[in-house]
Amino acid sequence: MTTYAIIVNQVIKRFGREKDNHWIKGVFRKWTSANGKNGNKPVEEENTGPVLALDTVSFQVKEGEIFGVLGPNGSGKSTLIRLMSTLLLPDEGQILVMGLDPVHRQIEVQQLINRVSVEASFFKKLSPMENLIYGARLYGMGGKEIRQRVVQILTRLGLEKRNIFNPMEEMSRGMQQKVAIARALLSRPKILLLDEPTTGLDPVSKREVQAVVMELKEQDGTTILLTTHDMNEAEVLCDRVAILHKGKLIALDTPEALKDLVPRMNGHKPSLEDVFIHLTGDKLKEEQKEDIESAQAMVRAITNADKLVEKESQPALEQ
Amino acid sequence: MSTTIQNIQATYAFVERNANLVKRYWAWELVWMVYSIANSLSVSFIGLGMEALSGEQANVDGRFLVLYLVIGTLVWRYLTTVFYWITEVISIERWEGTIEYTLMAPVRRVVHMAGQTVFAVVYSLFFTGVILVVTVFVFDLDMSQANLWGGLVMLIAGSFSFIGISIMVSVLPLLFPERGAQMTHIVIAVLLLVSGVYYPIEVLPKALQVFGVVSPATYVLDGVRLTLLEGTPTNQLWPQIWPVLVMGTVLIPLGLWVFNLAERYAKRTGKLARNG
Ligand SMILES: Nc1ncnc2c1ncn2[C@@H]1O[C@H](COP(=O)(O)OP(=O)(O)O)[C@@H](O)[C@H]1O
Ligand SMILES: [Mg+2]
Repeated sequence: MTTYAIIVNQVIKRFGREKDNHWIKGVFRKWTSANGKNGNKPVEEENTGPVLALDTVSFQVKEGEIFGVLGPNGSGKSTLIRLMSTLLLPDEGQILVMGLDPVHRQIEVQQLINRVSVEASFFKKLSPMENLIYGARLYGMGGKEIRQRVVQILTRLGLEKRNIFNPMEEMSRGMQQKVAIARALLSRPKILLLDEPTTGLDPVSKREVQAVVMELKEQDGTTILLTTHDMNEAEVLCDRVAILHKGKLIALDTPEALKDLVPRMNGHKPSLEDVFIHLTGDKLKEEQKEDIESAQAMVRAITNADKLVEKESQPALEQ
Repeated sequence: MSTTIQNIQATYAFVERNANLVKRYWAWELVWMVYSIANSLSVSFIGLGMEALSGEQANVDGRFLVLYLVIGTLVWRYLTTVFYWITEVISIERWEGTIEYTLMAPVRRVVHMAGQTVFAVVYSLFFTGVILVVTVFVFDLDMSQANLWGGLVMLIAGSFSFIGISIMVSVLPLLFPERGAQMTHIVIAVLLLVSGVYYPIEVLPKALQVFGVVSPATYVLDGVRLTLLEGTPTNQLWPQIWPVLVMGTVLIPLGLWVFNLAERYAKRTGKLARNG
C-alpha cells in the first residue's frame, strides 16, 4: 500500500477581483472615454481581471519520493507550494499534507513542512548563525545543540566557517541559497518544498545543491516536492514529474515515460524539453488556431526554402 | 517536546532577533536616539521660554512647566516606541523579505505578538531611560519629591492598552503592502492631538475632549504627572490605572482577533508576497 505525503484534489486558485461592473463605474468609463483624447481606443483592462493561477489541479506525492513540478514562469508552481505551506488559501478543492488540511490544521501542517524559495529571504544584516537560530527557535528548538547543528549542516553544505558569523548580505547568491537549505533542514521536516532552489545559481553551486537533494532522499527518506523550469534538473532528480502550463496540469509521469510520449526523432531519444514543447504546442493549437495556422504557413514556406537550398547545394557537393 | 517550552522558545525567537537587529543597525538607532533627545529638549525649553516671554509679573513657574513638558515628551516617546515596534511587526519582515518564513512557522499569532511586545516594552524603557537621564542632567531637574516607582507602574499599566491599539493598527501594513506603514502615522498624530501630551485636555474644544477620554495615553500622562510632579503615592493611582487596564483587556484580544482575520484575508487574496 502506498501512503501519500501530499494529496492535491481539484485545487483552484485565482488572484485579483472579478471585474466590478457597478453602473456608476460604467457611466464613469463612458464619460472618461468620451472626453479623453483617444476616445475610440478601448480602455485597457488586461490587468484588472482575475488570473487563474491554478486550474483544477490534482495529483498525489508518494512518501519518500522526489516529485518534480515543471513549468515556465507564471505557470503556477509557487502558488502550488504556497498553498501547501499555509501561505495561501485555496478557492476550491483541497490539499492534504500527511492527511492534514493546511486550511484547518495550520500549526500541525507547519510542523511537518519547510520550504526553500527562489529568493533566499533572510535578515540581510544578520549572520547565517543568527538567522538560523531565529528559524530554529520558531520551530521550538534552541540551546547549545542547535548552534552545533547549524555549524554541522552549514559545513556539510560547503560553507566556510568564517562566513557563518558575517552578515548574509556579504555572501554570494549560491552561498545564501545553501543557508536557505540549511534553514529548511534544521527543523527536520517530513516534507521539503523546494521552489526553484537552483534558479540563478552558477553551474557549480547548482550541482552542489542537487547533490544535497539526492543525499536527503537517500539518507533521511524526506519527501521532496521540487519545482523547476530546468528540464535536466527534473530528469536528474525526480522520480516523477508533473508538467504545469498556465495553471493546468498537462502531464504527470516518470521522466522516462514522459519522453516516450514524443516520437523518436532522428533515432535519438527526445529530451524533456521536447516533451514540454510537444505538450504545450498541442494546447496552443486549440486556443489560438488562427495564430498557429499562420505560423504553420510560415514554417512551410521556410522548409520549402530550405529544400530549395538543399537542392541547389547538392550538385555543388558532388563536384 | 512540551508546547509550553516550544512557546517560550518562539517568544524568545522574536526578542533575540530584534535585539540582533538593533545591534546590527546600531548606527541608525543612535541617530534616532539623538533625534529623540533633541526633540525632547527643544519641547521642554518651551517651559523656560514661556517664563521669559511672559515677564516678571505674570508669575509663570518655568521649572514646573519644564517638568510638565519633560514628562509629556518622555511618556509620549515611550508609548510611540512601543507602538512602532509592534505595528512594524509585518513591515520589517516585508522589507527584509522574510515574512513568508515567519508566517509559515508553527507559531501562534499570540506567541508572535507576545515576543514582539516583550521586546518593544523592554527596549522602549531603555530608550526612554537614556533620554530621561540626559534631560534631568540638562535641566538640573529636582526629582526628590517624585514618586518614580509609581510613575513606572503607571507606564507599565498603560502599555497594555497601547499594545492592544498597536496590534490592531499593525493590520494596516498587512492589508496594504504599499501604503500601510504610512497609515499608522495617522493614528499616532491623532492620539498626540487628543491625549494631552503637552497641555491639559481641558483646553481642547469639547468635541476633541471626547476623544481624549477614550485615549489610553490621557490616563497614562495624568498618572505619571501626578506621581512625578506631586509625588502622589502609588496606591492612589487607581482612578488612572483601572481605565487603561480595562482598555487593555478589551483591546488586546480584539487586536489579535482582527489580526487573525486580516491574516486570513491576506492569505486568500495573495497579499503576503507574490514574487518567485
Ligand atoms: N500574490 C499574488 N497576487 C496576484 N497574482 C499572483 C500572486 N501570486 C501569483 N500570481 C499570478 O499567478 C500566476 C502564477 O504565478 P506563480 O505561481 O508565481 O508562477 P510560477 O511560480 O510558476 O512562476 C501568475 O500569473 C502570477 O502573476
Ligand atoms: Mg515561482
